[in-house]
Amino acid sequence: MTRNIHPVLIALTVLVFIFLVGPLVIVLGAALSDTSYLTFPPQGLSLRWFENIFKIEAFRRTIVTSLEIAFLSTGIALLVGVPAAYALNRYRIQLPGWLSTLFILPVLVPELVLGFSLLKNVATQFHAPIFVSLVLGHSLLVLPYVVRVISASLAAFDFSIEEAAISLGSPRLKTFFTILLPNVRSGVIAAFILAFITSINDVSISIFLTGPGISTLPIQILAHMEQFFDPTVASVSVLLMGLTVAVMAAVERTLGLTFFAK
Amino acid sequence: MTQALSIQKITAHYGTTKVLEDLSLEVAEGELVSLLGASGCGKTTTLRLVAGFLEPTSGKIELGGKDLTRLPPHQRNIGLVFQNYALFPHLSVADNVGFGLKQRGISGEAKTKRVNAMLERVGLAPFGDRLPGALSGGQKQRVALARALVIEPPLLMFDEPLSNLDAKLRVDMRVEIRQLQRANGTTSVYVTHDQEEAFSISDRVAIMHAGRIMQLDTPETLYQRPANAFVARFVGFENLIPMTVAARDGAGVTAEAAGGVRLTLSQDQFGAIPDNFTLACRADGLAVTAGADGIPATLGLRTYLGRAYQYQCDTPAGHLTANGPLTRPLDIGATAKLVPVPEQCTILAPE
Repeated sequence: MTRNIHPVLIALTVLVFIFLVGPLVIVLGAALSDTSYLTFPPQGLSLRWFENIFKIEAFRRTIVTSLEIAFLSTGIALLVGVPAAYALNRYRIQLPGWLSTLFILPVLVPELVLGFSLLKNVATQFHAPIFVSLVLGHSLLVLPYVVRVISASLAAFDFSIEEAAISLGSPRLKTFFTILLPNVRSGVIAAFILAFITSINDVSISIFLTGPGISTLPIQILAHMEQFFDPTVASVSVLLMGLTVAVMAAVERTLGLTFFAK
Repeated sequence: MTQALSIQKITAHYGTTKVLEDLSLEVAEGELVSLLGASGCGKTTTLRLVAGFLEPTSGKIELGGKDLTRLPPHQRNIGLVFQNYALFPHLSVADNVGFGLKQRGISGEAKTKRVNAMLERVGLAPFGDRLPGALSGGQKQRVALARALVIEPPLLMFDEPLSNLDAKLRVDMRVEIRQLQRANGTTSVYVTHDQEEAFSISDRVAIMHAGRIMQLDTPETLYQRPANAFVARFVGFENLIPMTVAARDGAGVTAEAAGGVRLTLSQDQFGAIPDNFTLACRADGLAVTAGADGIPATLGLRTYLGRAYQYQCDTPAGHLTANGPLTRPLDIGATAKLVPVPEQCTILAPE
């Protein structure tokens, strides 16, 4: 079977790929440059900017902080989001329609507004520690993703399965863990990854909530760039890309990437 | 082991909507009773109340003399078979069947033995290791049946278990269900909207409408002697003719319908006839004849049923549906007399 593909379509496809992959190539090139300023194509090859990340204490510290915040906020969002998504789907008929909208509200509200109101209310009003307000802010930020993704996988779940388990003698709560969760496992994993990546990448909320002594990686990258404009930021970006690729590879291995395309 | 179910005057609401009103139902030990009715009649609600997934507003549910009404569903020990099978997709067939045993603390050899024996009984012995996704609809429903039966529940309940299967399989499966139920002697409640299914499988059938049981009887009685107009229509009495007795002469009764139509009916054939009654006739119960007696009719549309011709008839007593012999098809506009055939008619007392 042969199919004629229109040359314009081929050209467009190539253009889109260049548009998508091009910046990544440029960042990688800049990270490897031996110069002390950002440039492309790289002049000379060197790994010293990668070394530099770990020499600068602020980068070391913010990488750890970012990971801590991502894990904690994703964990909180899952603890709140999974039961919420369950209730929204299980009792869809009994619950008012606006309730599910409430859970996607943080995505609809501009992140800057969210960040500012968190600063005003949580950080300033209640004098919450910076780390705590960051975790809370990020939990709020990623909660909609968790609720949406878990809801999507619950939409395909037949709740009479749960009733079957209960009728066979399994208490409600136990049924949730032994029957329901295993059947939305892939949804939970997808929600975790999506939330984790969103938290790691966040700038708009973090910029309001970071303060003396505590910062996240993206904020540190911004700060570093303002001061130095050297290839360190490019090499940090390459590290982040590497992390994403590693996560995606792990997903591909366990679930298959098509899961996200569904 | 098997126990009688007693539902006493339960009323149930969805929000503020009343879905069941003062419903009472007794199912004897080992008996299979069907709840039959259109969607929204309250049959599934009744089943869910007994299962414990809904709570009644008032009333009482007893199983084997023990009050179930406020017992959480997982403590009720009732076997349930669902319309969409509701198998656990992530567990193998054997683990699905063994799930209830596991909850009862039965494990290891004892569990394996009972699971295998059950799979053997439903003809799925070689499928224990498969996941439910790899089974056909009929096989899935067999697994669901095995899973409900293996815990040896005192009560089995079926919620439209065959409606997702194709017509032929449905007939095979209902025979199989009845055989298993008979062999175990398990008290059973069977919810369906399919009249043939309910009648063929049940000891007694409750025909439900608008949250109430319209009649609870054996299939034979329901089919031949419906108690009211609703049930009569439900079991296929297409013609309901309100009549008043004009004269009585021994066993013979002359009664009059609208439009001055007069019929002479024998109480030997129709049973006792009250002064006001409704004559209910199936289409087969109104013979299209060329005689002098009967309801004068002008024939309308003729359809072919295979065993007879069916006519839509205009009569002084209103629109009627009657069947005529294959030997003599009549055209639209022809006139004839419609004569009640006692075996296909019944007398309904005023409600």
